[in-house]
Amino acid sequence: MATAAIAAAPATAVTAPRLKVGAVTAGLALILLTTAAASLSLGASGLLPWELFSRDLSPAERAILLDIRLPRLLLGALVGASLAVSGALMQGLFRNPLADPGLVGVGAGAGLGAVVAIVLGGLMPAAIHAATGMYLVPLFAFFGGWATTLILYRVASLRGQTSIATMLLAGIVLGALAGAATGVLVYLADDNQLRDLTFWGLGSLAGANWTKLAAAAPILIAGLALSPLLARGLNAMALGEGVARHLGVPVEGVKRGAILIVAAMTGASVAVSGGIGFVGIVVPHILRLAIGPDHRSLLPTAALFGAALLIAADTVSRLVVSPAELPIGIIMALIGAPVFLWILLARRATMEI
Amino acid sequence: MLLASGLSVSLGRRPVLSDVAFEAQPGQITAIVGPNGSGKTTLLRMLTGDLAGQGAISLDGDTPATMAPRALAQRRAVLPQATAVGFPFTLREIVRMGHEAGHAAHRPGIVDEAVAEVGLSRKIDGFFHDMSGGEQARGHLARVRAQVWEPMRDGRPSWLFVDEPVAALDIGHQLQVMTLLRRFADAGGGVVAVMHDLNLTAMHADRMVLMDGGRIVAAGRPTEVMTDPLLSSAYRCRLCVNTAPPKGIWLLPQAAALA
Ligand SMILES: Nc1ncnc2c1ncn2[C@@H]1O[C@H](COP(=O)(O)OP(=O)(O)O)[C@@H](O)[C@H]1O
Ligand SMILES: [Mg+2]
Repeated sequence: MATAAIAAAPATAVTAPRLKVGAVTAGLALILLTTAAASLSLGASGLLPWELFSRDLSPAERAILLDIRLPRLLLGALVGASLAVSGALMQGLFRNPLADPGLVGVGAGAGLGAVVAIVLGGLMPAAIHAATGMYLVPLFAFFGGWATTLILYRVASLRGQTSIATMLLAGIVLGALAGAATGVLVYLADDNQLRDLTFWGLGSLAGANWTKLAAAAPILIAGLALSPLLARGLNAMALGEGVARHLGVPVEGVKRGAILIVAAMTGASVAVSGGIGFVGIVVPHILRLAIGPDHRSLLPTAALFGAALLIAADTVSRLVVSPAELPIGIIMALIGAPVFLWILLARRATMEI
Repeated sequence: MLLASGLSVSLGRRPVLSDVAFEAQPGQITAIVGPNGSGKTTLLRMLTGDLAGQGAISLDGDTPATMAPRALAQRRAVLPQATAVGFPFTLREIVRMGHEAGHAAHRPGIVDEAVAEVGLSRKIDGFFHDMSGGEQARGHLARVRAQVWEPMRDGRPSWLFVDEPVAALDIGHQLQVMTLLRRFADAGGGVVAVMHDLNLTAMHADRMVLMDGGRIVAAGRPTEVMTDPLLSSAYRCRLCVNTAPPKGIWLLPQAAALA
């Protein structure tokens, strides 16, 4: 019998360019701490970073720090981490780096849910208010995002394969539909509700306070904490649902888990900060280039990077047109849209999109 | 032993398999052959639970359909006809997915050994999508090998189900892969392989199962299945089986053109 011993070719080894996960994680943690310190101290009232620790603050300064900047910082960190992790989860679910809750209509669906809660909340039975309390808006945003993700997955995935064209087109349609429904509701809204709604479209952390933080934080923290459980499953799903099943992954459970977590985190984020796009695209994409697509390292680093990015963008949004504020959604679009185009062009060169 | 009976399935309202019975022994390579569209992939997908249909399947006394996914993944690995990789993983990361899902997950070094077995050590830390089609096929083979690394474990056989494992390979690597499957079977593992190349199959398989039109038309040792009437009827052309000294049989492909 032929032994088929094939002599090893004497060529040199091939190595994918990758950075060390540990170094990247440490670097991102450092950046997060730095941006957090900067965000706490920079602003219209002109406290400097080192003054936080080096001198006693006046009561007014203390109030600015504790009641305005600190909840805003924490909310920005949690929302940024959640948006980035949601993006990574959704991309894993759809096996495609262009999937992002904001782009494919999930954000719009969550927005519709939130607007329903704001505008029609008064018409709902008292029992619902009693049961949900301050979670009414995040809860409705969650249902909106969840329904959109489910529809999207049903439309775009067939037998475990996902068509990116179908997904993007379906996302556009679902986003338009949710946007139209939202428009109708805005038309019905009274002046008070309109003021609540205006801040939505722009996407901003300006309304941050401890109450909003308390409403969103448990959902966002739970989502962030649970997402690593999906990492191994999502890695396997990159080879298709069939292969993932043969790798011992409970595929339906992973899909359901990813959809629920994405919907919950997108819903809660949208409920407190409106629609902030592109974080979920930019962060995972850059990290995949740096450390590779393994979700076990991608998800935690995405959380750190997303938090730092949103805090930085928020700080910039407060500074550039100070004392007014530029909505953070505008800044993220300015950064994110070119990155999205860059991914599109790079993929067009190598494969069918 | 793998035992299946009464396998029937319709795809798009057309019956593709009708009442097929199939068995494969551990320690053997069982090859499924037949013309394009005869139902080989469909049969394999039924056997691996990828397709739901009618019929009963038992794997060494257990029913795969009711086993926990993790437990099943430690007993058997499946290589589909084609696998697309969605993100820029390296070969090492792809093979590691098999290793970590399998029964030797706690033993280090298997990823490197499995990659060496298919002759890709030099590319182990390169991007999977930068490899050629044939190299990717061998990379996926290394992944399923790493998943069921021990051909026998706790006195029970491990199983490999592979759909056209040599389809994209040159003749040297075809022999390499068949030798890999042979060693796995010789050490007690079970191999069920959909094959296209009849000569290669006759040389390496212990049993051949010939399919035609969604049915098994012949099954047995290669010498029993590789006969002029059986092959000519299944492949719808005149085929001549020859024997060459000292033993073994071979097919003259040119004969097909004379039909
Ligand atoms: N998803 C499907 N829907 C309809 N028909 C299918 C499907 N998959 C396979 N078939 C048909 O079933 C038959 C057997 O296919 P297959 O098992 O893939 O053949 P092969 O023996 O070449 O592997 C073919 O005629 C094919 O057209
Ligand atoms: Mg086939």
